[in-house]
Amino acid sequence: MQKYSGFGLLKHALSHHENWQRVWRNPKPKPRYDVIIVGGGGHGLATAYYLASVHGITNVAVLEKGYLGGGNTGRNTTIVRSNYLWDESAHLYEHALKLWEGLSQELNYNVMFSQRGVLNLGHTLQDMRDIQRRVSANRLNGIDSEVLDTQQVQELVPVMDCSPNARYPILGSSWQPRAGVARHDAVAWGYARAADALGVDMLQQCEVTDLLVEDGTVTGVETRQHGTIKAGKVGCVVAGNSGVLAKMAGFRLPIESHPLQALVSEPIKPVLDTVVMSNQVHGYISQSDKGDLVIGAGIDGYNGYGQRGSYPTIEHTVQAIVEMFPIFSRVRMNRQWGGIVDTCPDACPIISATPVENLFFNCGWGTGGFKATPGSGHVFAETLARGEASELAKPFSMFRFHDGALIDEHGAAGVAH
Amino acid sequence: MFYIYCPYCEEYREEEEFHPKGEAHIARPEDPDNCTDEEWGDYLFFRKNPRGVHHELWVHAAGCRKFFNVTRDTQSYRIYESYKIGEQPSVSA
Repeated sequence: MQKYSGFGLLKHALSHHENWQRVWRNPKPKPRYDVIIVGGGGHGLATAYYLASVHGITNVAVLEKGYLGGGNTGRNTTIVRSNYLWDESAHLYEHALKLWEGLSQELNYNVMFSQRGVLNLGHTLQDMRDIQRRVSANRLNGIDSEVLDTQQVQELVPVMDCSPNARYPILGSSWQPRAGVARHDAVAWGYARAADALGVDMLQQCEVTDLLVEDGTVTGVETRQHGTIKAGKVGCVVAGNSGVLAKMAGFRLPIESHPLQALVSEPIKPVLDTVVMSNQVHGYISQSDKGDLVIGAGIDGYNGYGQRGSYPTIEHTVQAIVEMFPIFSRVRMNRQWGGIVDTCPDACPIISATPVENLFFNCGWGTGGFKATPGSGHVFAETLARGEASELAKPFSMFRFHDGALIDEHGAAGVAH
Repeated sequence: MFYIYCPYCEEYREEEEFHPKGEAHIARPEDPDNCTDEEWGDYLFFRKNPRGVHHELWVHAAGCRKFFNVTRDTQSYRIYESYKIGEQPSVSA
C-alpha cells in the first residue's frame, strides 16, 4: 500500500498527480475463502479489516451488490457519540469511540473525525430527569458526559433559540465533548484500502442470491455474477436486507426495515460548530466542513425497502429544526435522500451466531449504526474468528428475543429515533 | 406520499391523516400461559418484513380513527387494496 503523507502529495505533484496507486484492487473471485463478508458498507469493511489486522485471517472476501459504502454508510448524518444509558450498549459504543480516536492514523486515511461535541437537549422536566440519569450512568461507565443548563447551552450555540418564550423552551442539555462527526465515505474507503492492503478481496457488483447450507452448516454463497463461492464462515452485515438473507438461510430475525430520510442545505458560512440533537422536538443537526447543514430526524413509520420516504416526514424534520433555529428558516435545502434502516424491537443491534453453524449476523443497528462502525467491525471480527460471540457482543445475541434479556435503549439513550 | 383509501370513510385521503401500525393479521396465542418462550417471543417480536407484498395495519388517526388493513408493496410502495378488519386480502405475494 502506498502510504499517504504530506511529502507524498508534493512528490506526486511533480507528476501532475497522474501516478497514484489505485486505492484498492479489483480482483477475480477465488473459488473459496476462509471468511466471506456479505455487505460492503462501513461495518462489513471494518470487520474485514480487523479480521486481517487483529486476527491474521486474510483469505477474506467482501461481497457487495452495489459499490462500497453506497448504502447507509453514505446516507447517514455522520454523528458519533457513546452516551448510551445501559451498560451493554455504553460499553459497545464507547469501544467504538475509542477506536474512532485513533482511526485516521491507524488506517493512514483521513476520516476527518472531528470531536466537536454533541448536545442532547431537554425541553421538559422529565427530559431533564432522564438526562441527569443518563449522564450519571455514563460517568459511572467512564464516559465523558455533563449536564448543562440553558445558559451554558446558549454559550455553546449562540444561534439557537434558548429563550423561555419558545414553544418548547430549552431547559438544559447533556453534553459529550468527545463526541462529534466523521466523514462517512472516507470511513468506508479507508477501511477498504487498509483491508485490501492486507490481502482482503473487495468484490463489488457481486450480489448474493442464496446462502448454501448443508446439514445445518453454511458452506458458501451463490452469487448472481460469479456463481458459487465456497466459504468456511459467512458473516452477513447487510442492514435493511438482513431479513432477506436470513430467509435464505431458513430462519427469521426480529427486524423491520424502514426508510430513514436525511437532507442537507446549500453550503453556508460557519454557524454551528457542534452537533445538536433533540428527542422532544425530534430533529438533529450539524454543519459539515463544506458548510452545508446536515439534518435528520425520525424514520417513516411504515415498512419499506425503497430507499425513499414520504414528504410529511421531511416537513416534520424541518419544522423541528426551525423551532430550535429560527435563523435557518430561509436556508434552502439542496439534497434529500433515504436509507433503509434495520430496526430491532429494543433499538439495539444483533451481533450473533445463528441457528446455522458458521453463519453469523451483524445487523439491527437501526438508525444509529454509523457511530459504531469501528467497534462493530472489531467485535464482529472477533466473533467470526472465535466462532462465538466476543465479550462485548454477548448481550447482543439474536436469541435475546426468546429468552427475554432485552436491552431497552428505546428512548433510554436520549436519541431521536 | 401515499394516497390511501379508508374502507370505512369510503374515501381516498392523504397519508398524513393515517398512521402505519405494522404487520396485519397477527393473532394473539390462544393460551398465553402455556406458550413456550419461543412461541411468545415470535408473537411479540418476529415479523415477516417482506421485500415485496406486505399486509399491514393502518389507523385513520385524523379521520374516523378506525383500524383497517392495506396491501402494499414495500419495494415499489404501490398500494394494491384497503380492506376492513376481519376481511381477508385479495392480493398476496
